[in-house]
Order: sequence, then C-alpha cells, then structure tokens
Amino acid sequence: MTVKTEAPAEAPAAMTRPPNPAGAKKKSWTGLWFVLPFAAFYALFLVWPTFLGLYYSFTDKSLTGRPASWIGLDNWTEAFGDERAWSALWNTAEFTLYSTPPLVVLAIVLALLVNRARKLGWFLRMAFFAPFVVPVSVVTMIWIWIYQPDGGLLNHYLQLLGIQDAATPTIWLQGETTAMWSVVITTVWWTLGFNFLLYLAALQTIDPSVYEAASIDGASWWRQLAHLTLPLLKRTTGLVIVLQLIASLRIFDQMYLMTAGGPNRATEVAIHYIYIAGFEGYRIGYASALSYVLFVLILIVSIVQFRLFSRKED
Amino acid sequence: MTAVLDKPATAPSERRVVKRRFRRPTVGAVIVYVAAAALAVLWLLPLLWALSTSLKTETEASLGQDIHWIPQDWSLDGYRTLFERGDHLTWMINSTIVSTIVTVLTLLLCVLAAYGFSRFDFPGKNVIFGAIVAGLMVPGQALIIPLFDLVNDLQLAGTYWGLALPQVVAPVMVFILKRFFDAIPRDYEEAAKLDGAGHLRVLVSVIVPLSGPIMAAVAIFTFIGSWNNFLWPLLVATDPSMMTLPVGLGVVSGGYGLFYAQNMAAAILGALPLLVVFLIFQKQIVNGVAGVGLK
Repeated sequence: MTVKTEAPAEAPAAMTRPPNPAGAKKKSWTGLWFVLPFAAFYALFLVWPTFLGLYYSFTDKSLTGRPASWIGLDNWTEAFGDERAWSALWNTAEFTLYSTPPLVVLAIVLALLVNRARKLGWFLRMAFFAPFVVPVSVVTMIWIWIYQPDGGLLNHYLQLLGIQDAATPTIWLQGETTAMWSVVITTVWWTLGFNFLLYLAALQTIDPSVYEAASIDGASWWRQLAHLTLPLLKRTTGLVIVLQLIASLRIFDQMYLMTAGGPNRATEVAIHYIYIAGFEGYRIGYASALSYVLFVLILIVSIVQFRLFSRKED
Repeated sequence: MTAVLDKPATAPSERRVVKRRFRRPTVGAVIVYVAAAALAVLWLLPLLWALSTSLKTETEASLGQDIHWIPQDWSLDGYRTLFERGDHLTWMINSTIVSTIVTVLTLLLCVLAAYGFSRFDFPGKNVIFGAIVAGLMVPGQALIIPLFDLVNDLQLAGTYWGLALPQVVAPVMVFILKRFFDAIPRDYEEAAKLDGAGHLRVLVSVIVPLSGPIMAAVAIFTFIGSWNNFLWPLLVATDPSMMTLPVGLGVVSGGYGLFYAQNMAAAILGALPLLVVFLIFQKQIVNGVAGVGLK
C-alpha cells in the first residue's frame, strides 16, 4: 500500500496544470454519470434538509406528527427573546474561549518537543494522538471515573499533594464553576492530538538550514522560536484556530454525556438546547429556527476560514 | 473542513529531506527527551488507569479503596460480566456494519464523482461543483432536525441504512480525491484508451491502482469518523439492539452505576478496535492529518 506512494506524490510538482490532450475534455454527458450518484446523495441528505429546516422554522411543525401550519416569524422572534437559548449560546462561547488557547498552545509545545525528541518520535506521536481515536463515550466514562469526588483519581492526587482538603473534595462535574472546566480538560486531553499532528507536520517541513544560519548568527533558542519558528507556523495556527472554532461551536457530545447540561444548565450548549427543544419538547419548528441561528454562526466562521485559506493557495 | 488540502497527503519523499541530523546529546536535549517522555506518560495515564481498574475485582475497584495502579487482586470479572450481558458485542457488530456501509459507499461515490470532475467537462458541471463547495461550509449538526424528519419519512429510522446513509455525504473527500486525480498525468490513461478501455475501465485499472495511499487515507478517516459519530446514532437508534458502540456505551452503560471494574472494561473494549486500527495504519493516519495543514 505504501510502496506506491512515490509516483503520484511527485507528480503534482511537475504538472500543476496537466496538459489537455484533445478529446479528454470535450463537453459530453459522460462525466455527469460519474458525478450523479454522489450528487443525488448530496441533494437528498444535505441540500434538501438545509431548505427543509429553513421552511420548518416558519411553521409550528411538531414531532408528534400533527399537521403543521405556517406561523411566519413567530419561532424566530421567540428564539431571539429566549433566555435559555442565549445562555446556551453563551455557554458554547465560554467553552470555546476556555478550550481554544490550551488546544493551540499545548499543541505547539508538544510538537516542538516531539520534533526535537526524534528518537522517541513513534512513541510520542502515539501517546498524544491515541486519545483522538477513542470514541467520545469511552472518553467520558474514563473521565467521569477520574473526576469522582470521593476516591476519584484526580482528587486523590490533589489531596496527596496537599492542594485539596480531604474533608471538602471538589465536586468537579456537579459544581457550577468547575463543570465547564472539567469538560474543557477532558476535551483538551481527547482532541489535542489532532492539532499536535498539524503542528508537527508543519515543523517537519521547515528547512533545517534556516536554523543553521540562525545558529551561526548566534541566535538563542528562544530568539529562534520567536523570530523563526512561530512566524513560520502562522498559517498552521490560523488553520488550527478556525478549525477549533468550528468544532467548539458544535460541542455537544461531551457535555451531554458528562454533565447532561447541568448543574443548573451551566453547561447546556447550543446543540444540546436544539436537541431538547426538538426531541424532548417535540417542537421541530422552533428547534429548526434555533438550528438556523447556530448554522449562520458556523457559516460565518467557515467563510472566514475558506477565504483565509483559499487565497493563500495561489 | 479541508478546503486547504491541495496535494496528496502522503509525501514521504518530502519528509525524508528533513532527515535527522546528528546531534551530540546536550543538556538541552536530555531535558527535551525527559519532558517529552514525562508528558507522554501523563497523557496515557487516563487510559492506563481505566485498564488497571478494569482488571480489578468490583470490590477493589469501588470508591473509597486505596489507589493501586497495579491491581492487588487481579480479575477478569469486569469483562466476563460484560460478555454475559451481551449488549456490548451487539453494539460492536452494529458499529462495524454501519461504519463499513458508510466507508464503502463514501469511497465508491466520492471516487466516481472525483473522477468525473477531474477528467470530464459536462453540462452543469460548474453549478454542481459550486454546490458541493458550498456544502463544505454546512455544519451537519445544525441539520439534525430536518434530517431526522427526512429519515423518518423515508421509513429508515432505527435501521442500519438510516444510521449510515446520511453520513455518506462527504464533500471533503470528493475534493481530496479530485486534487489527487488532477495530479495524475493523463499519459497513463491515453495508453489504456488506445487499448480500447472505456472510462470506467480506465478508472478502475489505471486511476484507482495509482491512488492506493490517498484512498486508504479517505477510507480510514471515514471509518473512524463514522465509528465515533455520536449525535446522529443517538437520535436514530433509540432501541438498544440497534445502537452503535458510542451510543450504547454512553446511554446504557452509563447506567451500570457503581460497577467501576465492569464500566472500565466496557471503556477499554470500546477503545480497543480503533486503537488497533490506529496502530496498524499509524503512518497513513498521521500523514492524512498532516495533509490537512500542509499546503
């Protein structure tokens, strides 16, 4: 499988714009047949639901199946005045704000370390990336067990180190201020490996001679990092931050499994509220309007990403 | 997510250029190695703790006991109870079926579409391609409500197809494959065409064999993504017998309550399949992620 890598991998450099032999590209219906199966799936499961959702947001459609009727902007005005929706959005933003910095900074630090500790490369890559392939419910099962207030691993060591008094153990997932942070820590542990690999790959494409020149000039390691490495990683950092924003806006799984939105809705996030409105409140119409608010937010971030990175390609 | 990827992810030739240079072990290097190894061990601790707990008796695993990383009283009871319950195996089979359907269909549809876009000009091409580009920016999670309704209307709720089909739409994969196909010189195909091969035949016998690594990457990532998908199966598979592994573990096993050895045995078995996949395909996975970031 890997033996054949060479041939196509080298090709792009030589032929960015492959020659167009006569006959290969003349307009015909043939190509459509190749594209059609995917296009059909795409239209059915992506394009259609996108418009269906928009339509539902103007109706009082219910999960109970009773006939829906057009109610104009009612769902939308309700959504914008819904304090629970705003608080869910705020919780989503809070999660994004807390989780993004460590997911970027720690990823750089680990990548820098691993890039220099080449002899342990395989083991280190495996250790940091392995959690990323573990299903979310396994991750949350393990961390709920670690976070147990009485006799959980985390409190045990905090008490051992004298940071925590055994008489007043921290109730991580049930505390209004600690719950969010607990999920953030779990998420960092779970997903850091992806960003780490992005940085590692970027680091490994930096030409070593750049550093040799700097070393000869007597630049210290810190100066090299600040003036060479980090600027060279700017593009990757942009990518990581945008991907992280999109992923964080979609946060649901960990919250649902670890805190179920609690305590006191302190960790109820946007998708969770959509889920509650639609599947527990049976209000498909209203949940659709809520979805569209989130949809537009993610769309804005995605467009920024798209513009940021399609421009740089040229 | 990856509008950025314009080159095949696998570029081992490039990687080899950045060969390790000989470095005498300095104090700095020792610090780097120690720090890196310590962090890696720290990173593995949660998984190791789960493994350790899963190998204890329920009594030893229960809260309030002293913390022992090495079980004092080794036991496979946690795993045995799990197999006696049987649902874990059901979920594993469900996950395998769903992820396999998703992977096979994704690969099939995306390879066909990518070839069509890469090699042909046809009426409506730009419109269709533009629509798929736009789809890169549509967040699937924001579509769950209408999608659920649609799957219900198609009478697919609670079936393998209902679980799998909505996950097949992956515009990103079409792009990745198209970029790769674009880079394959046409000469190969011309030779095959001179031998009288049709378009489909050219695709199967010329393009596909040249695209092994990229197709492997697409397949592996699709499989992992589908296996770990939580929200969609949570909505569609409400009957425990139809649940996938992440949903079953999250919804049902959460109710095992205080049986931590059994709980962690479920976690370890839940993590195992993809960890094995990861260890086997480490190179493809690492290169695949790397390809997202490299221009």
